Amino acid sequence: MQDPVITPDLIKQHGLTPEEYGRIKDILGREPNYTELGIFSVMWSEHCSYKNSRPLLKTFPTKSPKILVGAGEENAGIIDIGDGLAIAFKIESHNHPSAVEPFQGAATGVGGIIRDIFTMGARPICSIDSLRFGPITEEKSQSLLASAAVRANGGQSEIAKNKRLFSGVVSGIAHYGNCFGIPTVSGEVYFDKSYEGNPLVNAFCLGVLRHEQIARGAAKGIGNPVFYVGPATGRDGLAGAAFASQDLTEESAEQQRGAVQVGDPFMEKLVMEACLELLATDAVAGIQDMGAAGLTCSTCETAARAGTGIEIDLAQVPQRAPNMTPYEIMLSESQERMLIIVHRGREPEVKRIFDKWDLPWAEVGQVTDTGRMVVKNHGRVVADIPAKKLADEAPIYQREAREPEYLKAVRAFTLSGIADTKDAVGDLKTLLSWPTIASKNWVYRQYDHMVRDGTVVCPGSDAAVIRIKEDSLPNGKEQTPTTNHQAPEKLQAGENTNGNKVSSVEKYIAMKVDCNAGYVYLDPYEGAKAVVAEVARNLACSGAVPLGSTDNLNYGNPHNPEIFWQLRESVRGLAEACRAFNAPVTGGNVSLYNQNPSGPIDPTPTVAMVGLIEKPEHVTTQWFKDEGDAILLLGEVVDRNDPLLGLGGSAYLQQIHGLKTGAPPRCDLGREKELHLALRSLIYSGVVKSAHDCSEGGLAVAVAESCISQQIARETPRLIGAEIDLSEVKDLRLDALLFGETQSRVVISVPALQADKVLAQAKILGVPAARLGTVGGTALKINTSGGSLTWDLRELHDLWWNAIARAME
Amino acid sequence: MKAKIIITPKKAVLDPQGKTVLNALEHMGYRGIGAVHVGKYLEIEVTGEAEAVRKQIDEACHKFLSNPVIEDYRFELE
Repeated sequence: MQDPVITPDLIKQHGLTPEEYGRIKDILGREPNYTELGIFSVMWSEHCSYKNSRPLLKTFPTKSPKILVGAGEENAGIIDIGDGLAIAFKIESHNHPSAVEPFQGAATGVGGIIRDIFTMGARPICSIDSLRFGPITEEKSQSLLASAAVRANGGQSEIAKNKRLFSGVVSGIAHYGNCFGIPTVSGEVYFDKSYEGNPLVNAFCLGVLRHEQIARGAAKGIGNPVFYVGPATGRDGLAGAAFASQDLTEESAEQQRGAVQVGDPFMEKLVMEACLELLATDAVAGIQDMGAAGLTCSTCETAARAGTGIEIDLAQVPQRAPNMTPYEIMLSESQERMLIIVHRGREPEVKRIFDKWDLPWAEVGQVTDTGRMVVKNHGRVVADIPAKKLADEAPIYQREAREPEYLKAVRAFTLSGIADTKDAVGDLKTLLSWPTIASKNWVYRQYDHMVRDGTVVCPGSDAAVIRIKEDSLPNGKEQTPTTNHQAPEKLQAGENTNGNKVSSVEKYIAMKVDCNAGYVYLDPYEGAKAVVAEVARNLACSGAVPLGSTDNLNYGNPHNPEIFWQLRESVRGLAEACRAFNAPVTGGNVSLYNQNPSGPIDPTPTVAMVGLIEKPEHVTTQWFKDEGDAILLLGEVVDRNDPLLGLGGSAYLQQIHGLKTGAPPRCDLGREKELHLALRSLIYSGVVKSAHDCSEGGLAVAVAESCISQQIARETPRLIGAEIDLSEVKDLRLDALLFGETQSRVVISVPALQADKVLAQAKILGVPAARLGTVGGTALKINTSGGSLTWDLRELHDLWWNAIARAME
Repeated sequence: MKAKIIITPKKAVLDPQGKTVLNALEHMGYRGIGAVHVGKYLEIEVTGEAEAVRKQIDEACHKFLSNPVIEDYRFELE
């Protein structure tokens, strides 16, 4: 087969600029051939090289004594959690593939991130997901427009399309996670117009390992053989990474259909077990998964990390389709494949283990000392590129940034034209049934969130909590038959001085992913700080201390100065906040070019944070527990310095008034941190029965959720009422009091007898605190200076619990 | 009129189900089996003029019955 001739058009199709092409020629000292062009194009896409964002990413805090593997070093970061144990975690996007084929796109997104984790030598124990879609219900201000759009669209409304994407993505995640056999324990879903046609799918996975089990993705040891393991390479997912770095248009969604991969979770399970078994033998010098950019990325990155070269022959690569060209083999993104560099002489172990797991393997090449990545096909050289230059020296752009026009109107917004609420009872119902706030049970009931028996707090509370136990870990060496049976020195953590086993391997990890993109849109810097603060607050509510975070920056096209400004400003906010909460960034992902025909998405820097809970008795959930308990608010009732009283960018303005505007509430990181410290010390002292943070929908929604969110069994809610007295708050708009989203607030419940002590304690700890009311009764009752409001709990529960199911019917 | 529709995974796309069936057949001792593709078969009763029906079925296959991202379809009318 003849390779196409390289023309300016072909270069453009590969997403490379003429300057970048010039740079390729400089590196090679000649014109690249077609295969080399493809290789450069995927490696220099934003997805692999971060060429537009790298200078910004450098500003993140990435150091802490607990970090064993830091950001950018390997496939995922690793953090020490004590007793010789560590966790590996990362978040990654699969937005564009999910827009084209929601089920397989989301499924392979989950598969990809799981692979990143076990590549590090860790056993994956759970995953969480952050999802964004266009609205699935008609929104107040949009109903007229929407029905006009339906007519213009020949019958298929945007809402129907959003629902199709939503249900496809959720079942894709469920499919992969459930079949693979790890629980999906938490997540978040937002619905907003800006994600119409460009949904976001950010998948997070966490794994556990012992310190000595960390595996590296480096091609070490000249002469070591390079193995390809896993299923054969097909034409699926051709150039997916390059595809992820382009704007989505109607046309591209149609044309790029070939770019979606099909996942096979059962295969991945086998690959994982085989890799972990192989890693325990010490035969492995380096290991890397084939994710985005497949064979290309894994070969040049392993060589670049080790400062070596690598030489492979494509004729050895198992191929699923006949007559595949070198270009196709190098760029294919077939799933569930790994590249393993093995110490010379240990090849038989690889063969034995992979034969045992019924997996194809092939010796495809070896490590060289040339510093070059040489690809041959039946002995003929088809690509010869300096590995380090390809992997690490992608062009870096400092894009132009300009403050977006729309921010002027946002800042000028005041509440003067907005009348105070006349129907607070109805407003709360509207907010609770808005899919973004409503219970996500329609989503998480499709996920297996209990498999492997480690889930302590299931989806539905502020943060998920998972227990790490002996069988969460990858097997140690003594369990593999090939190594010598020496003294059982490995299980130190599981033994006491007498040599008797005790189950001391037990850790509690809390995790949460969050991003109120509306805030970030309205003020990238302040909004991003609030995003991190909210995740950290969720962890604090569950009793955890942050260990680290991973972020997924989803933005529009960075060539637009306004978008780049959003990116730059929000990274500034994220970095500052991650520093404040001692949650260094251990890695993550950047997804740019999230555009659809009607414009860019809201800037969405999704942040996942992981924390450690010291003792099981510190695990705290969000729902009220017992009648008679006192309900307290930690934090100010409202931030009176905020001219919008916490209503800027709020769910209330969006849903009741159809306005997405106003400066979002500011988060004072110092105060926020004090709040978390105080909350945790109260939790440690054993008085806190429930803790729930105030976020979208403000105080009223937080209290209502604390009343209705407990499940005592499947489909068996336990409703518990509350009487709240806010009548002493005077001179404040009712909507701001109930639905304002002032930051740094947490609703807790404590035994009534302890209430005064807790208030005194909070005062000593420097956190404003007030008693709001008492748990009990069959209704939610809020007394205000203007009168008393009452809601029937069963009605609230029904609206909140079934909102998404009803929309999807 | 009856439309008989056969939908199969595209040749180039991974077919985990077909692969599993292939493995099982081999384990049972059947020899000489090359590749297995598992698809689905539909029969749709339909009335109308042949050309219009053909167009209608083709559109239904493309838009709804198959997933053109990963599947091929073919059909005949009788």
